[in-house]
Order: sequence, then C-alpha cells, then structure tokens
Amino acid sequence: MKKSVSIACIMVAAFGLAAPAAAFEPNRPVEFVVTAGPGGGTDIFARTIQAIIAKYELMKAPVVVTNKGSAGGAEGFVYTAGYKGDAHKLAFGTNNAYLLPVRAKVPYKAEDLTPIAALASDEFVLWVNGKADYATAADFVAKAKEGGLKIGGSQSKDVDQILTSMVNDATGAKINYIPFKSGGEAAVQLAGEHIDANVNNPSENAGQWQAGMVKPLCVFKSVKLTSEAKVVGDKGWSDIPTCKEAGIPIDNYSMPRTVWLPAGVEPDVVQFYADVLRKVSETPEWAKYLADTSQSPAYLSGDDFKAAIEMDGAAVSEVLKREGWLAN
Amino acid sequence: MENIDLLIDGFGHILSWNHFLLMMVGVTLGILVGVLPGLGAPNGVSLLLPLTFSMDPISAIILLSCMYWGALFGGSTTSILFNIPGEPSSVATTFDGYPMAKAGQASRALTLAFVSAGLGALAGVVMITLLSGWVANFALKFSSPEYFAVYFLAFASFISMGAQSPFKTLVSMMLGFALASIGMDTISGNLRLTFDIPELIKGVSFLIAVMGLFGIGELLLTTEEGLRFEGIKARVKLAEIARTLIEIPRYWLTIARSTIIGIWMGITPAGPTAASFMSYGVARRSARDKSKFGKGDPRGVVAPETADHSAGTSALLPMLALGVPGSATAAVMMGGLMIWGLTPGPMLFTDRPDFVWGLIASMYLGNVVAVFLVIATVPLYASILRVPFSIIGPIIVAVIFSGAYQVANSVSDIFLVIGFGLIGYVFKKLDYPLAPLVLAMVLGDKAEDAFRQSMLMSGGSLNIFWSNGLVSTLMALGLALLLSPLVFWIVGSLRGRKHDAAAPHGDGNAAV
Repeated sequence: MKKSVSIACIMVAAFGLAAPAAAFEPNRPVEFVVTAGPGGGTDIFARTIQAIIAKYELMKAPVVVTNKGSAGGAEGFVYTAGYKGDAHKLAFGTNNAYLLPVRAKVPYKAEDLTPIAALASDEFVLWVNGKADYATAADFVAKAKEGGLKIGGSQSKDVDQILTSMVNDATGAKINYIPFKSGGEAAVQLAGEHIDANVNNPSENAGQWQAGMVKPLCVFKSVKLTSEAKVVGDKGWSDIPTCKEAGIPIDNYSMPRTVWLPAGVEPDVVQFYADVLRKVSETPEWAKYLADTSQSPAYLSGDDFKAAIEMDGAAVSEVLKREGWLAN
Repeated sequence: MENIDLLIDGFGHILSWNHFLLMMVGVTLGILVGVLPGLGAPNGVSLLLPLTFSMDPISAIILLSCMYWGALFGGSTTSILFNIPGEPSSVATTFDGYPMAKAGQASRALTLAFVSAGLGALAGVVMITLLSGWVANFALKFSSPEYFAVYFLAFASFISMGAQSPFKTLVSMMLGFALASIGMDTISGNLRLTFDIPELIKGVSFLIAVMGLFGIGELLLTTEEGLRFEGIKARVKLAEIARTLIEIPRYWLTIARSTIIGIWMGITPAGPTAASFMSYGVARRSARDKSKFGKGDPRGVVAPETADHSAGTSALLPMLALGVPGSATAAVMMGGLMIWGLTPGPMLFTDRPDFVWGLIASMYLGNVVAVFLVIATVPLYASILRVPFSIIGPIIVAVIFSGAYQVANSVSDIFLVIGFGLIGYVFKKLDYPLAPLVLAMVLGDKAEDAFRQSMLMSGGSLNIFWSNGLVSTLMALGLALLLSPLVFWIVGSLRGRKHDAAAPHGDGNAAV
C-alpha cells in the first residue's frame, strides 16, 4: 500500500513539473516502429507505452504502432533512420539498435539514430530442464567443461549467443550454441530436453518454470532480482542466486529496452519524448508491466543513456571481436 | 470425462447475449479483414488489441479469436472468386475453387469451402477438448530433426502430386527456395541475396508473392482473353446453396482424411499452409478419377479447406499448453494474454480453467456463428462476379496494390507485386506450376533452419534423422511418398499404358 502511495506522489510531482512543457509538441500522428514481430518482448514494450500514453493523455497527437521486425529488427531501424530529421518516428528496440550494425552488414549505422531513453532492463537467467540433476550453476559448468552441452537461444550472434560465448570464455566450458527464431522456441526445446540449457529472459520461461518443466540456476546480475512474486511453491524470482556467487564469474549482463529517433532531430524534440517516457516510467501501470515481465526499472536518458550505450557497446564488441563476428 | 465437465463449465462462462454479440462483431470484422488481401488476421487482431485492454480476459479472447475465425473464412472467398488467395493457406483452394467459379458454380464452391472449413475447425476443437493433455506432451517431443522431417514430408507429398513435368516443378520450387533465402539468415545472422538494397533486408513476403503470382497474373491473362470473366451467366439462387449443403455428406471420405492431415500438421507445427497443400495432394492422388482436378473438382475445394481450418484450430493448442505461438495471429493474442494479466504456459489450464475452457467453448460457438455468417454472404459475393470485368478488374488491382502496401507498409512491395504478376503470367503461359514456388517460399526457410540446427546438434552427422522412432517414421513416410511416383511410373511404363500424368496439373492453368 505504502508503495502505491509513494508512486502516486511521484506522479503528482511529475504532472506538476510537466506544466512548463518543452517547446516541441508533435502535431501529426507519431509512428511507433517496433523492431520485432507482433507479440514479442519489444512489441509488448511499445504497446504498453502506447496504452499508458493514451490513458494519461501524455501526448496530444495520436500514436500508430507498426511492426517492422525482419532481419533481427534491422528492418525497423533502417526504416526509422531513413526519416532523417523527422520528429514523428520513434523506433523501439533493445541493444540491437547499436549492435546490429557492428555484427552484420545492415544498411544503417548507429549514428543514423538519436538515442532518447532506456526504460527497463531485461535480465538473463541460466535455465536447465526441470528434471536435470544440476543443483547449482557450478555443477552445470563442471559438466560443460567436458564438452557436448548445447545452449539454445534466440537468433545468431545476438545477446544469447554473446552471453554463451562469455560463459565459455569465463569458465573454460565448451558449450555449443544452437540458434532458434525466438526465445519461445528455445524455451520449448529445453522443456522437451532437446537442448541442455538456455539463457532466456525471465518472462520467456516463466510459464515453463511454473509447471516444473525448467528450473533456473542463476541470474546474470550483480544483485538478486527484487520481484517478490513466488512462482513455484515458496520459490520465486528473488530466490535465484546470482551467477557470480553460483560459480560463473560474469558480473552483470542485461538487455536495455530502448527508444530512438532518427538522426538530425532538434534537441527539444529529444527532450520532449524523454519527458513523456519518463512520465510513463513513473506510472503504476509501468510498475505492473515490469513486475509482470520480471524486468528491472532502469530509466536512463540524455548523457547517462549515451554513456551506458558506450559501455555496453564496448563490452559486447570485445566478444564479437574475439569470435570474429565483426561485420566490418 | 473430466474434460467434458470442464467444457460444459466453459460454456457456462460464455453463454450470454453480451458474448454472443461480441462473437458476431468479431466474426464480421474478421471476414472483412480476411477478404481484403494483405490486411490479414494478424494485423486485424493487433488493431483490435488495444480495445480489449479494459475488457475482462474472457470477453477479450472471444472477440479476438472470433475475428481470427472470420478472417480464416474470408481468406478463401477471394481465392475462389478472383484466384487471389487472401493468405498462403488458401492457395490450394484456388486450384479447383477458381475454375468452379469460372464455370458458373461460384455459390457452390463458396458454400462447399465454408462448410468444409467449419467441419474441419470443429474437428480441431473436438480434438483439443479430448486430447489436450496428451497433445501438449507430444508436441514437446519435436525438435529440429523432427521439424525437418515434417517439412520434408510436406514437400514429398506435394512433389509426387503428378504435374506433367517434374523438371518444371523443380525449377519452380528452386526459385521459391531462392526467394525464401533473401534477408537475414537465422543460423549465421548474416544477410543473404540482398545486393545492398535496403528494401530487401526484410526478405520477400510470401503474401506479396502470392498476390502477384495469382492475382495480377490472372488479371493479365483475363485481359488478354478479352476483358471478361467466363461463365458468369449463372444466376445466384438460394436453392443452389441448399443443394450444395445436401451434397456435402458425399465427400465424407475426403473430409475425414483432410481432417486427420490438418490436425496432424497443426499439432506438429508445420501449420495450415503445409496442411492444405498436403491434403490437396493426397486427395488428388487417391481419387479414382483424377481428370477433373484442376478444372473444378469439388473435392479439390473440400480437401484443402478442411485441412486448413483443422490445422489452424489445432495449432492453438500448443500455444495454450506450452505458451508458444503457432502463428503470427496467435503471437499477438499471447501478447494480449500477458496484458490481461495471464501467464501463457502450461499452468494456464490449472490456474485459469475458466479462461481456457471458456476460450475452447467459444471456439465451438464462434465457428458455428462464423459458418452461418459467411454462408449468408455467399449470394453477395457470388453476385460480384456479375459485375463487368472492366469495372471489377481495376478495383481488384487497387485492392491488391493497397493490400501489398499493407503487408509491411512499404511502397517497394507494390513494385514487387507487379514483378511477381509478370512472373505469374509467364509461368502460366509456359505451363510452369506456381504452387511449388509458393510452398517452397512458405516452408523453405523453416526447413533450412531446421536442417542446419539438426546439423549443429549432431555435429554434422545425417544419422540424427534416424535417431529415434518418431523422426525415422516421418522420414520413411516422406521418402516413400517422394519415390512412389517413380515406382508407379516404372510399373506403368512396363505395362505400356498411357499414364495419366499427362493430365493438366492443379494450379488453375485450365484457364490457358
């Protein structure tokens, strides 16, 4: 109860501050370009924001959501980048916005997009089959060092495979990576015991965990997850140990959920959307969305966001370089 | 039967005038969305999704799933009337549906299609009701080698359909594979065949190909033949619909066989498109008199429609039971589930039986409502054919172009549609079959992914396709189907008999 009261206070404060609005205000429909197919994590991210904007009337202009998710999201980013200077196109994605141009020859560069904000950070969990006899991540790593284990994940040379490569590098394991079309497919393959593990986001495996088909070994985060919801019996998200304490020396690995404008827009445009998104991130609906999908709140904008992009990009590029996946 | 009790309980949750009204609205909107090519069910459902946020989950899923049923029915309408499949799964319906419409039997073809589709869907729901627990576990047995085997089976059953030149089929299929590989490759993450053209990175949508090859191609042919649809003199009579309804029981064997194929392909996630093609192929091969296939044989309408819908319905079960969407539309609905506060996954059956069984009960009612509503539209649609071609032709072109734009909101797709239209025209003139191209485009890239994933799993050994009973059976069936025409051909030529492989094959080119 206390929490919701404090959120309400923040909201009142937010609306109070909103009065001296930025100079820019969109005067025609704003297109939300989702760089993933309908129903995926990024799609729900964008549509939740759309619903919250509509509910609190945070923006006068109507919002149109379009899905352009082909080629790992490159379709949507190329499309958005093509509207240079257009203040009415927003691309919704993850860190794929700045990683795609590094690992594939896609027809856009990270500089063709203007970062607005990151609103959440999705976590990565090491999952194994519910019947597997690994009790801890250390057991899994010990087995993985013998070779022959398979991790399945979404797409190739993307976040899941990069993490697999980092695990191999950090522990000396020899895990093979099998790319699937989506995290959902990797979840079912694990439930059916066709692969040995996956590194899905919490929401991608929650249903299977509930049914006991899969179980989590550790979360790739420096502190434990905070969601108090119980999933199976008395076990919940906050009971998953961090990978570092469980035997995999990887401190922090997460995926930001990000929003972008095309390059060449005025600073007040970026400020306007950053404000709208900040207000979104302060609503109870947003808190509920984060809790339902077990993501962590992580609102970042302006220079903080740019610094985070820089850091994430550098860490990942190192892996890409080691594996020889750089496109240029 | 515990499931039956739960189902009756589910009916209890949905039987109200409110829900009935929602069903009518959903189905009507769905038919509308289905008839317009390109708009399609996934787009329609995403447009409607925000409206459902404030509804309770059961009402919301009734509205969305009924829209899906309506769209599936609407998709076959344009296949039959104009040779323009609304979705790839209705391509096989054009083979005999369009010739029937041309011969003045539009009402009969439409009624046959709708009723058999309804029967197929109902069979799918009955399967879900009775076997939900078992099927969910069975679906878990499928991994990449099994997927590949299922796709292989679909290709094999289609190749062996008996087109007059296997080489022409091969050319068409290879072109389809090439088109399917445009864009980003899942296994390597690299771009292929994009030639640095930004528009190509998203790949070539099979909806665009289908609209161009069939729709524009057909229009070009019609224009060449003198600006008119043939056989439009037939008048629309309500009696004809009634007569067709009485005729249905005659096709019980085709319906039963297609239902089984459809349910099988729906559970194994090969999907409705593979199911309808395979069902058409099997119906043609097992018919004693093949001569009328491709020229307007009613069985050629009944078989793909039944399989399409039973597969479409059965595909919802893995989604509910495992939390994995079987189609784009199902993915949107799953997104909806999360927004309504439900966790899709195995526990949904236990946690929210009222929701799951309410949905299943609404599938029964929704499909019945849909069949009645679409049959009521038959006279309207059939009378469209009486409009002179010089008026309807340009309208179709406009609808195709706007549909092509809708698929990905991309102008370049309109030029692609024109390109595919020319290919379709040339193919028909030179008597190349179009269907293998479409099948290869739809399944080619999935089959490739499954094959390469299997190779990654096995470290490059082909033995993985014979590693367990399930995958071995599927592969053996596929090989048998693939080789059977060769065996028949050898036996046939030994007997010195003229083989009926010289009959025109089924891609609607009876028009040429």
